[in-house]
Amino acid sequence: MGTAAERFNERPRAAFDRIGRTIVYEGELQRHRVYTRVLHWIVAIFFFLALLSGFGIYAPWAFHWLTPVFGGGPMARLLHPWFGLGFALFFAFQFLNWLLPMRWTQADRRWLRNIRKYVTNEDKVESEEVGFFNAGQKVQFWEIGVGCIVFLITGVIMWFPGTFGRIAVAISYIIHDISALIMLLGIFVHIYLSTFGEPQTFQSMTRGTVSEPWAWTHHPGWYREVTGRDPRQALEEERRRMAQSERGPGN
Amino acid sequence: MLDEKNLQIKSISAHPGGVPGKGAQREVEVCKLMDTTTCIGCKACEVACAEWNDLPFRETKFDNTYQTMPETEWNFWQLIKFAEVKRNLDGSLSPFTSRTDSDGLMWIFRKDQCMHCTDPGCLRACPADGAIVQYANGIVDFQQQNCIGCQLCVSGCPFNIPKFNQTTKKVYKCTLCSDRVGNGLEPACIKACPTGCLQFGTKQEMKEVAEKRAQQLREQSGFSKAGVWDPESVSGTHVIYVLHDAEQPVLYGGLPAKPQIPLSFTIWKWLFKPVLEVLALLGGIGVLFHYVTFGPMRPQPEPPIKEVPERKEP
Repeated sequence: MGTAAERFNERPRAAFDRIGRTIVYEGELQRHRVYTRVLHWIVAIFFFLALLSGFGIYAPWAFHWLTPVFGGGPMARLLHPWFGLGFALFFAFQFLNWLLPMRWTQADRRWLRNIRKYVTNEDKVESEEVGFFNAGQKVQFWEIGVGCIVFLITGVIMWFPGTFGRIAVAISYIIHDISALIMLLGIFVHIYLSTFGEPQTFQSMTRGTVSEPWAWTHHPGWYREVTGRDPRQALEEERRRMAQSERGPGN
Repeated sequence: MLDEKNLQIKSISAHPGGVPGKGAQREVEVCKLMDTTTCIGCKACEVACAEWNDLPFRETKFDNTYQTMPETEWNFWQLIKFAEVKRNLDGSLSPFTSRTDSDGLMWIFRKDQCMHCTDPGCLRACPADGAIVQYANGIVDFQQQNCIGCQLCVSGCPFNIPKFNQTTKKVYKCTLCSDRVGNGLEPACIKACPTGCLQFGTKQEMKEVAEKRAQQLREQSGFSKAGVWDPESVSGTHVIYVLHDAEQPVLYGGLPAKPQIPLSFTIWKWLFKPVLEVLALLGGIGVLFHYVTFGPMRPQPEPPIKEVPERKEP
């Protein structure tokens, strides 16, 4: 399945690289190509449209102030399913785009077992097993994938309540909301880690590049793969270079 | 659809805080009684309803019965449901199936409409603030100006009553003529009924009339199972029926014996929803506190850590 997906991805990736550019400066590595970045932001826009229009339906007593943004309650309700469809559709492309690097491995299981160390920042750099994505990113990816399917099934049932019967709607309503809340929690973590939590990460989704220190810190396996250098050794060299320049010339 | 001067509001869908003016005044519960045993199926109530509520006439749909259409519509709130049943020798009813033997064949008519439940499933399910109100007199009324068209009320209702209008994207149903009742008048359907099978009054009075009629049917007409339909599972309704056979309301055009509101609406709406909502938003606070306690994970190497001299408390 992975190879079929890759064959599908080739054309849009090449096409988007012709339209846009990814400038890689000295000391940087290319992280995400134009296609990936464009998809990411389209998905993000649809996600937030669906999320914010959904808030007004989910709990009007708390979020009624959001619905006027979408033209009032009925309009928010009318648009919400279409935003959701957009989200699921474009995520489907991203799903294919990332299917290969998101494959779950034994190393990911080990990563999850050590998640406490990751959360508390005990390890200054990630394990050398961590490739293009770490297990946390993979969990989020698969959660959104499953979530999209859940949203589609339950959403369609609620969209056409007459067709599926009232009990189906009553159940869908709960599952849809739980799924949304899980995704909301995930998105808090996602936004935090890609901005304040792990500095320099945001650039990978804007300009598409990251610095080499970022790469050997967060994705040492991937660093080794693209540069052919040992990530630990590269870090040590950098550390020595830093210490030397600290002492200054002539010392 | 309402006259707020005369109608005391009892509860409002999805509304934070209390209900203004609740309990400020004594208010009797109103009730519509339909005696299915004396209805002649003239459908004057259907017409009166459309007339009074200024509902545009719509095409009827023939489905091989005398029914005007298969079910109520967004602009057709009262519907005489027509059914053929067999009257058994013991006075009970059963479905009429024979094609050759017409022994015991009976036509029955039931006026289908919003039951104005004491515990309305539509109001429980509705997520829009103020789209459904329940008055202290028992009338459950939709406020279309607040309706967002999500149709959750449709799945909350055990009687398949709220109907969606594709053009206005709002849901409509019988108002029990809250505008008339609020001004001391009976609903339009009651006024039109020629046989008196429709009656209107307080819940208590109507219950008494209904029970008396049921007793009469049992004792004098041989309908041994005659009784009153006022289902406990929705804490009673403000439209009640006298039935020839109260044990089989389903024969009356699918009237449920035990109408159920999915439990999910109650639990989800009043317990899980607010709790989980807060939990999810705590995620935002969670990452903030992660930042101020553990701090960010920076690309290595970082500059050497500065030795901080022990802090002296002032």
